[in-house]
Amino acid sequence: MSLWIALIATAAGCYLLKYAGMAAPRRLLDHPWVQRFAVAVPVALLAALIAVEALRGEGQALAWDTARMAGVGAAVLALALRAPFLVVVVVAAATTAAMRAFGL
Amino acid sequence: MFLSRLRSPAVRDSLGIGIAVGAAGLAFGTAAVAAGLSPAQSVFLSAFMFTGASQFALVGVIAGGGSLVAGALGALLLGARNTLYGLRLTDVLGWRGFRRAAAAHGVIDETTAVTLAQPDRRSARTAFLTTYVVLGVFWVLFTLVGALATERVSDIDAFGLDAVGPAIFLGLLWPRLRDGDGRTRLIALVGAGVALATTPLLPPGVPVLLAASAAAIALIGTGGRTRPSSESRSEEVGA
Repeated sequence: MSLWIALIATAAGCYLLKYAGMAAPRRLLDHPWVQRFAVAVPVALLAALIAVEALRGEGQALAWDTARMAGVGAAVLALALRAPFLVVVVVAAATTAAMRAFGL
Repeated sequence: MFLSRLRSPAVRDSLGIGIAVGAAGLAFGTAAVAAGLSPAQSVFLSAFMFTGASQFALVGVIAGGGSLVAGALGALLLGARNTLYGLRLTDVLGWRGFRRAAAAHGVIDETTAVTLAQPDRRSARTAFLTTYVVLGVFWVLFTLVGALATERVSDIDAFGLDAVGPAIFLGLLWPRLRDGDGRTRLIALVGAGVALATTPLLPPGVPVLLAASAAAIALIGTGGRTRPSSESRSEEVGA
């Protein structure tokens, strides 16, 4: 139940953030500093999410999983070759699965 | 009339992006159920939160055993960029009242990029609506397909699904790094470093929130004399 509440509250918050941009007085948000910071936040958060999920171990520990890291490496390669988003994801999962199937 | 509209560049671009990105809902449905959400909860997020990076971040924290509050805060921080998109779209689309409130739900990376690329208001509205509807329908449907399929998978690691999370975030970060400067890459490196360094010490979810502080690097040296150039550069932001 608390999970549902969190999902609904976060969805509502995300909608209000969108609506605020369309309806709020512009002077409030049109400052270059606000714009630069808001564009930089996703870069920092996404990089953090990549690092933490790639090296996730048991509990709070970090761990190196060769099969998983091979999948991440394959994703980087696919992106460098300009593969579409879904292909990148499938290549990553398939690489990791193949490594595990071969016992690596 | 509908056929002639169908051939317009605004509709063609919108359909292409809507279908391609909407299909990525498959990855979200997979990640959400792997994190412990039910298919209904996964579809709810795709339909109502409707902003990919925030959705992935939220289920990522839940998967890592983090607190719901930390997950929600991370999702909202990522969703804050939509506020900037709305700021620019509201003038281009020119809607008021109920229409504006309804359109706000569709303000995301892709609709903004397609809409701002149009030459006039008429094609901007067509592009926005087409991208929003096509992407939205595909995103929700593919989320359902991914969620139902993953529910039947007993061993998530054997299918390499633990590599899906990092791959998704890489896919979302990549265009930002490609279009950004050296400072953007520094922000990414510091963000990742802060999160890794604090992961063993803090509850799951919190290290990712702390990483947002790396965004402050974007503000260094933007005061005083550099002000005019930073203002002109902010014009390109959000496209």
